[in-house]
Amino acid sequence: MAPVDHARYCCATPVTANILQGNRKFLIKVKAAAGRVPRTSSCVRFRTETTCKQEESSKIRERPQLPDHYRSVIWQAAWNSAARLAPNADHETSTGGSYIGAIANLMKLHREAPPAQPRLRSQRASATKKVIVKHLPALRKALTGIQGLDEITGGGLPKGRPTLVCGSAGCGKTLLAMEFLVRGATQFDEPGVFMAFEETTKDLAQNVTSLGFDLNSLVARKKMVLDFVLVEHNETEAAGEYDLEGLFIRLGVAIDSIGAKRVVLDTIETLFAGLPNPAVLRAELGRLFRWLKGKGVTAVITGERGEGSLTRQGLEEYVSDCVIMLDHRVSEQSSSRRLRIVKYRGSTHGTNEYPFLIDEDGISVLPVTSLALEHATSNARISTGIPRLDAMLGSKGYYRGSSVMISGTAGTGKSSLAAHFADAACRRGERVLYFSFEESPMQIMRNMRSIGIDFQPWVKKGLLQIHANRPTFGGLETHLAMKHKLISKFKPRVVILDPLNSLIAGDNVTEVQSMFTRLLDFLKTSRVTGLFTTLVSNGGSVEQSDVSISSLIDTWLVLRDIDTGGERNRGLSILKSRGMAHSNQIREFLLTDHGVELRDVYVGASGVLTGSARLTQEAQDQALQMLHAQEIERRQLDLKSKRQALEAQISALRASFEVQQNESLRITGQEQAQGAQLAQGRVNMGLSRNQDEAQKNRRPKSK
Amino acid sequence: MKAEPTRSTRPKAKSLPRQRASKRYILKLYIAGQSPKSVNAIANINRICEENLKGRYELEVIDLYQQPHLAQRAQIIALPTLTRKLPAPLRRIIGDLSNTQRVLEGLDLQVMP
Repeated sequence: MAPVDHARYCCATPVTANILQGNRKFLIKVKAAAGRVPRTSSCVRFRTETTCKQEESSKIRERPQLPDHYRSVIWQAAWNSAARLAPNADHETSTGGSYIGAIANLMKLHREAPPAQPRLRSQRASATKKVIVKHLPALRKALTGIQGLDEITGGGLPKGRPTLVCGSAGCGKTLLAMEFLVRGATQFDEPGVFMAFEETTKDLAQNVTSLGFDLNSLVARKKMVLDFVLVEHNETEAAGEYDLEGLFIRLGVAIDSIGAKRVVLDTIETLFAGLPNPAVLRAELGRLFRWLKGKGVTAVITGERGEGSLTRQGLEEYVSDCVIMLDHRVSEQSSSRRLRIVKYRGSTHGTNEYPFLIDEDGISVLPVTSLALEHATSNARISTGIPRLDAMLGSKGYYRGSSVMISGTAGTGKSSLAAHFADAACRRGERVLYFSFEESPMQIMRNMRSIGIDFQPWVKKGLLQIHANRPTFGGLETHLAMKHKLISKFKPRVVILDPLNSLIAGDNVTEVQSMFTRLLDFLKTSRVTGLFTTLVSNGGSVEQSDVSISSLIDTWLVLRDIDTGGERNRGLSILKSRGMAHSNQIREFLLTDHGVELRDVYVGASGVLTGSARLTQEAQDQALQMLHAQEIERRQLDLKSKRQALEAQISALRASFEVQQNESLRITGQEQAQGAQLAQGRVNMGLSRNQDEAQKNRRPKSK
Repeated sequence: MKAEPTRSTRPKAKSLPRQRASKRYILKLYIAGQSPKSVNAIANINRICEENLKGRYELEVIDLYQQPHLAQRAQIIALPTLTRKLPAPLRRIIGDLSNTQRVLEGLDLQVMP
């Protein structure tokens, strides 16, 4: 570091931000606690402290985890506060490498990336611990305000530098550039100049009204300057050397008139069509971009996609700080818009192609990619809406935040099961988002009323939203992006997709699979329970889903036709259910006017029986049982009468025995009396004969 | 419009239709300060006008550094730019006007050979 003239800076007002994620609310506080800013050095070293607190807004107590993509917001906030602290530091020339290091370090917080430079240390954020990131800032960024773009770029476009936005016709270049200006003017207090080479200012203002941008009012409030540059080929003749000083002057006037910080040139390549001598133009464009840099404005230059190069005239040679490519692809007659950051000097960035949408809110880029499998899991269980099915699933139902698939052939009641789940969730007061690809909301409501489920009150209460779109409404990415947006906006706890496999058209199975994986990851990270139905074509194995996503599914219910006895019945079984003891039984599945009912199937000697066959069999069984019962009763009666007969005999015998006993007792008594008399007679006789003493004594012995 | 009775006797002007030749030319030259191109352009246009349009032209030289707001109104991109407001239609010639032939063609003062 250069000789130092240290100054201590303290940030009086820390930057705070509230972030709502699901039912959790985060309060982000960023402050540069104590910065040592060497004034004379081109390098600025400072410390920022970022605290992340979760405000409990629900009963669920979970360890707060800040969603990954918000970290870039914090980073930007930290950076902004740093920039405010040391406004004199030359950010432009300070080492870009250390910035990359700092970003890499931050990325390390995001996902476990390979370790950055050892001098940059950081601590993992946890509930109330502080994140202390020590970094050397370099590149300032200008937030675009475009949903998602700031996340991918890690805080916006390079401030004070030109950015090239290229793409083929109709891919949204002008719109992106315009939104960058409008958001800058309205949200970040950075006025902007829009120099249009293709559309007149009137057309332009009209065209963006549909996005809710009121250019005329912005112009009136001196927040924006619109300048239409007419390039007319047949009016212009060249006679000798020329330069583009006129354009510079115009731009200079426009920038100075409102103190613009942002400039858009849309599409500057038009000049090549209108002006001769491309070599001069190239040199002049090079000068223009240098001039813009010198002015310190953040510029967006749009360019038409060329053959084999990013732009027709090779603008990427001049604008090399940041290049964003837009793409509008059509596959199987449906279109998807995608955005990719081709390069971004001095900053890391998302490198994937991200789908984006253009709708009434402007552009939204959706950084939906497959995330690392580190989402938190919940042990909470939620009811399926059918008590008997809950019982089959370990008597508690699905896990919250798990993915449930219901597969089955046509007409087996997939949607009805889904409707039950939706109904149950609404009853718990949770929001449900229902995506239908085949039925309109009205039709769903009517049909579900027939099985006793009324969605009307939930829709009225705002708990249920049904979105019906044909799969051909857009490309897969568009579908994904739209769902992502709706889910982020509505914040449901349950999402239903019915049926998933409508999205398959032709041979795009792998694309659907990849899209679905990303959707699932997104749902799981947001802890939303997803329920998907999928139609199994007749003849195909029920255990195989067309989308081949079975491995991503936590709970898989299979509905099947049981086709016997001249009728079709429905059977439900659980193919798998991760993390719970579940029933292995097939249940018969009945749709009644008060909902779905599950019954045990008849399993007997003649196999599995359902429907009327089951009823017949049950009736037969009942008849047989009655016969058995009668037989038993008869036998019991028989036994009873036998016992009575036996008992009568016994009592008769006893009576005669008693008679005999009395007789014999009487005889014994007589004989005893006779014996006593005889003995008495002998004693009397002895007395009369004067027996001696010895005999007297012996007498009792002989007795 | 004021019709100039002057009839050109120059061989170059002979080939022009009578009407056009008699019209008055209103020209504006936009330049940027004292750059070499600007200086050249002023010299060149003065020479061309004196040679071809003597007495029936009005030339206004506008320095956009002094009046930058005029650039947008006149749709100027390249400098120097010469515009012919009259006779209609509007014509623009860019460059330092060193190519006299092209200037004359651009101003419709000479029919292409």
